[in-house]
Amino acid sequence: MKINDLILRSITKLVVFIILTLAIYLFFSGHNAPGGGFIGGLVLASAIVLLLLTYDIETIKYGIPVDFKIVSAIGSLIVLLTGLGSILFGEPFLTMSFATFDIPILGERELSTVTFFELGVALAVVGVVITIILSISEDV
Amino acid sequence: MNNLVVLPMIIPLLIGVLLVFFPNYVRLQRFLTLLSMIGTLVVSIILLNLIQTQGIITLEFGDWEAPFGIAFVADSFATLLVLTTSLISAIIVVFAFGTIGEKREKLYFYAFVNFLIAGVNGSFLTGDLFNLFVTFEVMLLASYALITLGGKKAQLREAIKYVAINVFASSLFLIAIAYLYGAIGTLNMAHISERVAEVGQTPLLTVISLVFLLVFSLKSGLLLYQWLPGSYSVPPAAIAALFGALLTKVGIYALYRVFTLIFYHEPQITHSIIAVMAIFTIVGGSIGAIAFRDVKQVITYNVVIAVGFILAALAIFTATSITGGIYYLLHDMIVKALLFLLAGTIIYLTKTSRVDAMSGLIRNYPALGWFFFITVLSLTGIPPLSGFLGKILVGQGALEAGSYILLGFTFLSSMVVLYSLLRIFMGTFWGETIISEEEQIPLKPFMIIPSAILIILTFALGLAPEFIAPYVMDATDVLMEPQLYIDAVLGND
Repeated sequence: MKINDLILRSITKLVVFIILTLAIYLFFSGHNAPGGGFIGGLVLASAIVLLLLTYDIETIKYGIPVDFKIVSAIGSLIVLLTGLGSILFGEPFLTMSFATFDIPILGERELSTVTFFELGVALAVVGVVITIILSISEDV
Repeated sequence: MNNLVVLPMIIPLLIGVLLVFFPNYVRLQRFLTLLSMIGTLVVSIILLNLIQTQGIITLEFGDWEAPFGIAFVADSFATLLVLTTSLISAIIVVFAFGTIGEKREKLYFYAFVNFLIAGVNGSFLTGDLFNLFVTFEVMLLASYALITLGGKKAQLREAIKYVAINVFASSLFLIAIAYLYGAIGTLNMAHISERVAEVGQTPLLTVISLVFLLVFSLKSGLLLYQWLPGSYSVPPAAIAALFGALLTKVGIYALYRVFTLIFYHEPQITHSIIAVMAIFTIVGGSIGAIAFRDVKQVITYNVVIAVGFILAALAIFTATSITGGIYYLLHDMIVKALLFLLAGTIIYLTKTSRVDAMSGLIRNYPALGWFFFITVLSLTGIPPLSGFLGKILVGQGALEAGSYILLGFTFLSSMVVLYSLLRIFMGTFWGETIISEEEQIPLKPFMIIPSAILIILTFALGLAPEFIAPYVMDATDVLMEPQLYIDAVLGND
């Protein structure tokens, strides 16, 4: 039976971008305000899950040709390396640092190594969530 | 502050993550895994010697001060266990090279082994109760994957029970932590200990301690061991050896830590309950070990008996018995790994695990027979092998404390161990040989060398205990004197 899901498909095309924007917003607002890598990663993953629900797995695999197991491994690797980075400077494991920079156009901004840590967390979350969803859906 | 403390967890974690990138390069995977275990071993030896000169070493993650941030604490007890873990896992990994099979190796076997070791080492080293929960979960998640790896029917059947009971225990663990945090308001173990000492161990806190006892009993197989024999007997020998040698020991470590560092004020309640549970564990394990005629079942019930024995040492709670308990814990990690590897080798060679179906193996494989015999003697506690010292010290401690019932049960358990394993030995190695020379499967060096190394270790630990005696003494001092641990972590002089 062919389901008429025209509305779902049209809405998804639009909504996915809103979700992805929100994910990026949440990601960058993190570590001092509510948000951060874990939540940003989950929202990002939910966008991909929505695409998987609307279209089929083959289409998405064609559109996003990434092995999500590798994505989660890259994420974990980034997390570990940011933690280990502090050891090189003789600081305790996982010590983070930040500094304020004057960037053209954006003005005065605080840049911090936590962002790399959060990036790793986000990638790990996306990778794990999508891997779980894909392996469950392959089973059925 | 010393960043070395975190390395026994980080090295396996890093290598494990790296291994995910190239599952098909089996040789590189083997090499890196062995490298990671040896690296951890070297770090733990350095740490152990540093502790003797500098005292307990701590590391506050991210430079957040101790009661607020997460601290890793390396005292002699934890570091000795990390050392033994790394040593044994390196040996078991070598055994896995030859036996685990390419199919499993390509399904991220080595990555999961690394994660498992990272979780085990993290559990030993962490000084934070919630972090202990997290590292437990790291270890358990890796073990869920390892127990199902390969996807045989029996494995999946046992894995469901294993996962269900562990998820249940973990949720109880979380609830217990929440209770304790609600009552005491801190998660750092040294800080908890300090505050429990300040307010006195009220009945409420004793009840919370019993929830912890329940949780760790489920994890270590103290009285609540019913899930253990099934789930430890289905995975391949290398994985079963990792489980049998390491996983229950983490639960035992947690019990030792919690009931010597935090809840040591009401031993007549908590330690008496542990004593009763230990006795029932020994009795139940003994019945299982005698009742079954299947090699795998008998050796998994022997794991249960050892858990009862080591916790009897905690229940007696004198310096002598704790020293004995630590010696026996180290001995048991080595010899249980050895027992599982030998049983795995026997099953590989005869293609059966039923004692009735084997006979006369000593004519085909004399070395294997002698190794098994030595293992039996070592587990029973015959001098000069490593089990002797632990048993004699626990017995001496029981006499000092007047715990004659525990003394009786712990020594009777040795007889049961001897009987159950000698029965396997006589059934499989004595009698008429049933394997003709043409049918004989050659014994691969990968299978027998790890066992040989472990045999050397059990002799070394038995003949030259003074080699590790200073470390064990230091470990006992810290366990019996919580203030040493608290001062080291919280930095008050």
